[in-house]
Amino acid sequence: MLGLGKKDTLLLGIVAVLTILAPFIFNPFPVNSAMAQFNAGYPDLLQRFVIFGIFAIGYNLLFGLTGYLSFGHAAFLGVGSYAAVWMFKLLSMNVIPAIALSVLTAGLFAVLIGYISLRRSGIYFAILTLAFAQMTYALAYSVLTPITGGETGLQLALSDPRILDGAASAEGNLPVPGLFGLEMRDSVQLAVGDWLFTFSAGYYFSGLVMLLAFYLAIRIFRSPFGMMLRAIKSNQQRVNYTGLNARPYTLAAFVISGMYAGLAGGLMAAMDPLAGAERMYWTASGEVVLMTILGGVGTLIGPVLGAGLIKYMENIVSKINSDILHGWFAFMPDGLEDFIVSIIYPFIGKGWHLTLGIIFMLVVIFLPGGLVEGGQRIARLLRRRKSDKDEDAGQAKTEAAE
Amino acid sequence: MDAIILQILNGLDKGSAYALIALGLTLIFGTLGVVNFAHGALFMIGAFCAVTLSKLLNASYTTIDETKTDFLGNPLKVETPYVMDWFGPEAGAAIIDWSVPLAILFAIPIMILIGVIMERGLIKHFYARPHADQILVTFGLAIVLQEIIKYYFGANPIPTPAPDAFTGSFDFGQLIGFEANQIIYPYWRLVYFAFAAVVIGAVFAFLQFTTFGMVVRAGMSDRETVELLGININRRFTIMFGIAAAVAGLAGVMYVPINPPNYHMGMDFLVLSFVVVVVGGMGSLPGAVFAGFLLGILESFASMGAVIDVLPGINQIIIYLVAIVILLTRPRGLMGRKGVMEE
Repeated sequence: MLGLGKKDTLLLGIVAVLTILAPFIFNPFPVNSAMAQFNAGYPDLLQRFVIFGIFAIGYNLLFGLTGYLSFGHAAFLGVGSYAAVWMFKLLSMNVIPAIALSVLTAGLFAVLIGYISLRRSGIYFAILTLAFAQMTYALAYSVLTPITGGETGLQLALSDPRILDGAASAEGNLPVPGLFGLEMRDSVQLAVGDWLFTFSAGYYFSGLVMLLAFYLAIRIFRSPFGMMLRAIKSNQQRVNYTGLNARPYTLAAFVISGMYAGLAGGLMAAMDPLAGAERMYWTASGEVVLMTILGGVGTLIGPVLGAGLIKYMENIVSKINSDILHGWFAFMPDGLEDFIVSIIYPFIGKGWHLTLGIIFMLVVIFLPGGLVEGGQRIARLLRRRKSDKDEDAGQAKTEAAE
Repeated sequence: MDAIILQILNGLDKGSAYALIALGLTLIFGTLGVVNFAHGALFMIGAFCAVTLSKLLNASYTTIDETKTDFLGNPLKVETPYVMDWFGPEAGAAIIDWSVPLAILFAIPIMILIGVIMERGLIKHFYARPHADQILVTFGLAIVLQEIIKYYFGANPIPTPAPDAFTGSFDFGQLIGFEANQIIYPYWRLVYFAFAAVVIGAVFAFLQFTTFGMVVRAGMSDRETVELLGININRRFTIMFGIAAAVAGLAGVMYVPINPPNYHMGMDFLVLSFVVVVVGGMGSLPGAVFAGFLLGILESFASMGAVIDVLPGINQIIIYLVAIVILLTRPRGLMGRKGVMEE
């Protein structure tokens, strides 16, 4: 279907179903229960899942396929955000032109940076992209303040021209981004017993965009172009020996992945119309590297999983404080309770970065394929258990065949 | 003229820090072939060694002095550091005052130990893996180290002063024949530069004039042959990793009075130090030192008012700009050797 193989169609289908049902799946606890704080089903966080999912999918198209480790991808995200907010300020609050412009701007920016950076590879490429991203960040904070809003960030204002819709909404408030009248922050709430589910227009819009982006990524993975990129990853010298120039392919991959980052940035601005330079700081670039590696570099679904995991930790795990921990372990004798809480405490709450760092190191050391490889290994283990039982029969058969 | 000298001096302290970190980085790269993204974290740990020592020395007990009262009329609580009890009030006060320089002695064994543990425990397993994996795992390690420090010391910078003798500034201009008050320079920054020069000199002398250093240099240029001669080069490289960690740590210790340390200072310096290494030439020790000072001084020139008027924002980007130009025109860096990390 849609030009995909059977397995890919299934994968796309599963992702689509998960995306549609996410407000249910991530909201497993009733509103007033003690576990309600683990509900991740609120629109703000769900949007972040899919937006960073797009960012990571795009990053994976570069790093996963060509093996070029970029440490400056957040620059494209930031540029995309700025472009979208400018579109909101100048043209219209409709998200379509804003996102189109952010993808385009990020793409042009990626052509420029990629053309220069891709002259080198390996660690030098990483440093070059890092240098460009840091330059962009520093300039956005200082000289480019008229364009970027400097430290306060770029925000909407009542005095903006907004050629198509007029400056302010009917009530004289700041207008909000929307899609032909459907406002991005519109949401419908559904109460089922003690559960409260929120369905937001913004989330479903971003989710749809992510599905499109994911579909496109599958097509790129399976295309001859994707094959070429993999060839470059495994041995660039041989590619050169066969008379092919690798540069245009890597540049194309770089630009595509930059456009994905721009798309994510544009969506971010569409959900919340402001843009700041801190989105471009190099730790933000490091974050997308973490997401991709954690989920599984070079796999289709891995980056999305990684993005989800990191954003979940950032927003949910970081909220656990020592009172909650004491609450959980209240059934234990006092001394033991304090002891256990004091052991766990550094790893959660504000210390979630520590857990993230440890998980990341473990993944790089033991599971270079990320969570996806972990899942595959477990699946293989289970399958082997099952097949152990009929092993004797199988052996007899092979012996007979010989 | 005086403005130029002042900018050069201003560039020296940052340049010294860049040079020391970059020296360690390139030492690790040259010996073990590992790109160490956790090197900034080692710099930070060094700084926190100084903070720890200063806190330890300031550990005190409280007594109530009945003869004096505070402004509320309550008996005054007097805190006496234990050090003052042990060494007498004057010597004790002097020890506390000199806690930052004393931390050098405290930091060297700790940093060498951390470096050796890091190499034996983690990095050893990554020699055969691609550079990208080395970058990623050390990046993860940097996050972990940084968060551990944040857990114990909090997120705020911790001011730790230099000894009283070195606080304040002096008139450097008069020393070299300018008019008074033209070139005022803080003492500690000069101390930092001198210290950096000594450390760099010591590392070079160690490599150049000792048998150990000779073997290490031989191992850097041809590891296999050295191994065939029956020398355990791995053990020597492990020790070099410890020394590189100590160099970064010392840079951190002495940097404390210039900038109060916080948990992410390592990351801030790391990015720039990598740029320095690349500009100097991957694997070239003199290149790293030279590029460190060069970029430090360039940065300080770029932040002169006259320059910013012409090229606004140049002070923010000058280092990266230089790095990009160098990488594109001289791919091996200023002093890079042939055959080191050529793609």
